[in-house]
Amino acid sequence: MTAYLKLDHIGKTFTRGSASTEVLRDIRLTIDKGEYVSIIGHSGCGKSTLLNLVAGLTEVSQGAVLLENQEVNAPGPDRAVVFQNHSLLPWLTVYENVNLAVSKVFSGRKTRAERHDWIMENLTLVQMAHARDKRPSEISGGMKQRVGIARALAMEPKILLLDEPFGALDALTRAHLQDQMMEIHARLGNTIIMITHDVDEAVLLSDRIVMMTNGPTATIGEVLDVPLERPRNRIALASDRTYLRCREAVLKFLYERHRFVEAAE
Amino acid sequence: MSLPATKSDVVVAGPFKPRSAAIVPLAAQPRRFDPRGLAIKVAQSVLPPLVVIAILLGLWQAAFSGPDSSLPPPSEVWAQSRDLIVEPFFVHGSQDIGLGWRVLVSLERVAYGFGLAAIVGVLIGALIGQSVWAMRGLDPIFQVLRTVPPLAWLPLSLAAFLDSRPSAIFVIFITSIWPVIINTAVGIRNIPQDYRNVALVLRLNHVEYFFKIMVPAAAPYIFSGLKIGVGLSWLAIVAAEMLTGGVGIGFFIWDAWNSSRLTDIIVALVYIGLVGFMLDKLVSFLGALVTRGTSSN
Repeated sequence: MTAYLKLDHIGKTFTRGSASTEVLRDIRLTIDKGEYVSIIGHSGCGKSTLLNLVAGLTEVSQGAVLLENQEVNAPGPDRAVVFQNHSLLPWLTVYENVNLAVSKVFSGRKTRAERHDWIMENLTLVQMAHARDKRPSEISGGMKQRVGIARALAMEPKILLLDEPFGALDALTRAHLQDQMMEIHARLGNTIIMITHDVDEAVLLSDRIVMMTNGPTATIGEVLDVPLERPRNRIALASDRTYLRCREAVLKFLYERHRFVEAAE
Repeated sequence: MSLPATKSDVVVAGPFKPRSAAIVPLAAQPRRFDPRGLAIKVAQSVLPPLVVIAILLGLWQAAFSGPDSSLPPPSEVWAQSRDLIVEPFFVHGSQDIGLGWRVLVSLERVAYGFGLAAIVGVLIGALIGQSVWAMRGLDPIFQVLRTVPPLAWLPLSLAAFLDSRPSAIFVIFITSIWPVIINTAVGIRNIPQDYRNVALVLRLNHVEYFFKIMVPAAAPYIFSGLKIGVGLSWLAIVAAEMLTGGVGIGFFIWDAWNSSRLTDIIVALVYIGLVGFMLDKLVSFLGALVTRGTSSN
């Protein structure tokens, strides 16, 4: 069986002048189609760098990223990114922001009317169709992030890359968006890689959790399977033994075996 | 305040079908006209400058009314140059035309020179904002050239173009292009990495990137450059026209000085000031129109 996405012995070294820092070393990971994988680790462990390598926004130093057995080394809409700070273009309305992606990705493949329907379908999916003519400055942080997700989904990516998508939101909004993300994943079956530093979020959403060791020269410390049935319910899971076991495993990894030593900086 | 408006909405919405009623009140909602509030607002912004102008005119009149004063008082300006003040658009001969026409001739030159400076300035600014090496190579040169006063360019451009009209336009161009270049470059260097990443993920090509990301993202900077530029070009045109001749407002002042019509000069100064003010406001207005939303995120 060939993997959908394969990270083949990836390493990344940043060079500035004569100084070079090895951020990531020997990352090996395969992800199946439809899988939801979280990457968790302390800040500075290179998890965002890893996501940028998959997105193609940063060049790999060693190894290769293989998507359906094709090497990818430049950014493209097949690996759509939802950025932590939404990065919507403030001079465009919600509709126009999604349209920018849709008209670029589907130019020539869909008619104008089809593109319109597709934009509205994605905005409806994240429940933002009502705000289509609003500008990003007129909507809340959670709404912006939903539009960011709609824009990424509208590209019909092979892989959806989420860079701490809910990190900047308050707890209630975050929970709401996590539920929506689970619904979308259940409905569309996307393949998703999500960076997070929230243990509960990782366990609740993921099929597998990739735990990173501390940087520099970070690598994958452990991969944890989350054998929880979907659909998942956060309240029911709160006392579920498998859930608690997974949560404990991640916490142990992060706080016992790979404690973040700030003095090391 | 909003209570009567809501009430009238209901009245308007009543006869329509419920489906359209949801739309109609929004579209047809009349802007509430409040003559009293409006009058107070106008008075608040118009009265203070009027009072100050009246006081200044009074002082001026008092100071220069003596028989051997070197400058004319306001009453004499009115007496001698009334035709220029009350009738901007008269034509009494090829050189005897109203100040409105002269201003328009000057404005036409500014439009050519400044329009060219805006286009070329944004393009060069985009280049040096994008490329570190272009920045390093060109920035010191620009920083030196931008301090050269407008009139210093005039002899060279007269020698190059052998005609006063393109020379004046060139002087405006070369005067107003520097703030446009520098501000555009700064604006483009300040485009957040996030927007660049969005463009990368979408694989926007250079043209799409320029029009869809770069220009709108840098628009607030570009327009502050344009605003400085238009002010400079209005400064430059008057000076350039004094030397190149023609029918512009600048030459009019020089001509009036040579024939000792001091009152005409004073009227022309007021025209120049008012037009410069309007140019500034026009660019600000365009900027506010184009960049709505961009700066407030």
